[in-house]
Amino acid sequence: MGAGHGHGLHYHGHSVVHRLPAHVKLVAILTFVIVVVATPNRWVWAFAGYAVLVLAAAGATRVPVGYFVKRMVVEVPFVVFALLMPFVARGPRVEVGPFSVSEHGLVGAFGLLAKATIGVVAALTLATTTEPRDLVAGLERLRLPRQLVEIMGFMVRYLEVVTDDLRRMKVARESRGFTARTVSAWPVLASSAGALFIKSYERGERVHLAMLSRGYQGRMPVTRQLHATAADWRLASLLPVTAALVLAAGVLL
Amino acid sequence: MHVPDGFLDVPTSVATGVVAVAGVGLALRGARRELDDRTAPLAGLVALFVFAAQMLNFPIGAGTSGHLLGGALAAVLVGPWTATLAITVVLLVQGTLMADGGLTALGTNISLMALVGVWVGWGVFTLARRLLPKQLSSVPLAAAVGAFVSVPVTAGTFALLFAVGGAVDIPLGTLVGAMVGVHLLIGIGEAIITALAVSAIIATRPDLVYGAKPLVTARTLTIREEQTA
Repeated sequence: MGAGHGHGLHYHGHSVVHRLPAHVKLVAILTFVIVVVATPNRWVWAFAGYAVLVLAAAGATRVPVGYFVKRMVVEVPFVVFALLMPFVARGPRVEVGPFSVSEHGLVGAFGLLAKATIGVVAALTLATTTEPRDLVAGLERLRLPRQLVEIMGFMVRYLEVVTDDLRRMKVARESRGFTARTVSAWPVLASSAGALFIKSYERGERVHLAMLSRGYQGRMPVTRQLHATAADWRLASLLPVTAALVLAAGVLL
Repeated sequence: MHVPDGFLDVPTSVATGVVAVAGVGLALRGARRELDDRTAPLAGLVALFVFAAQMLNFPIGAGTSGHLLGGALAAVLVGPWTATLAITVVLLVQGTLMADGGLTALGTNISLMALVGVWVGWGVFTLARRLLPKQLSSVPLAAAVGAFVSVPVTAGTFALLFAVGGAVDIPLGTLVGAMVGVHLLIGIGEAIITALAVSAIIATRPDLVYGAKPLVTARTLTIREEQTA
């Protein structure tokens, strides 16, 4: 469903958010989103609070608003799903304009849209301000299994190389008069995918041999360590802690 | 098509997270058997291939297009353990660097696509391969069957999860019916693309296709004796 997923979203900058270490940002944003997801759907005011928080965080990145908005299209299929919900859900019905819809479905749809949208803006705040290699180092700091970190490291390192391969194949196809318009174009596109697999796999083998000849013994040396100060943690925790206070207020009141 | 934040409640997300951690943990051990110390660079490049292949748009007509999901394809090409790792890493990168798929839904997305998608695809593929004639040309066909089944099963699993931990009370039959119905159509596309891609690879490098290994090694070298004038 939808179009391709495109390149990394990192937007070069020097804002406070850009300067925070990747693992600190990751923990803060993940905790924030967990708080948001744990909030009951009916607490509209709480979601308003979270929206203000996440917009403040996004604003602090100094990334242009248009850049964020353009990337929010990933949410579209689920917006459609959420909009259908009031019509198919069970429970007591309410009248909204000309339609009779399920009240439960309406609340659920609101909850889905609010949570998914806040989640996307939060994730974009991370993605636009964190360089891929910093994120990999951050996941390593958070004790993600070493092998998984290494695989991700290779994926991030060769991302541009392989997507460029794909782009060159597209240029080559089109300079020979090919346009993909109907299903009849599938065999050509699929053999492009096949060629891309062979290229990628062989590149992996060459990279492995090159690593062996440079002394690789099954473990990449750690060349950069991320360091976070107490001040970094305090600053980043503003987002999840304030959100948790909003949630706690809701529980108590 | 990645599940965003808030679609499933916290207990369900935690449960799928635990399943994902366990499954990926097993895959980390299994992939070492498939690839030994080549795991990191090769699985990394395979992950990139899946990621890039998802960017290829396949036109359906009337201006719409779809793209490959690639779970079954990856399993047939590099084996199910490596495919699990590759798809997991693709989802990690998409979730953290592209805001595609919710961060709290990462466990759900990994369970659905890297575990259910890959292993159902692989299981059906091996079954079909056993039933079809023992020749190389059966592999793309078996891969197509695997891909065709894996897509609606993955969608159906999501529908079941939504019934357990979804935010809204939708009649289970309606939801499963709609999800599986739509994804049967998507599965047909996935099956055709998977078969075409696998047969393109088998035409040039059958040795690279993990799912064709038993058939490739079974081939014996034939020496053609021809008289030269």
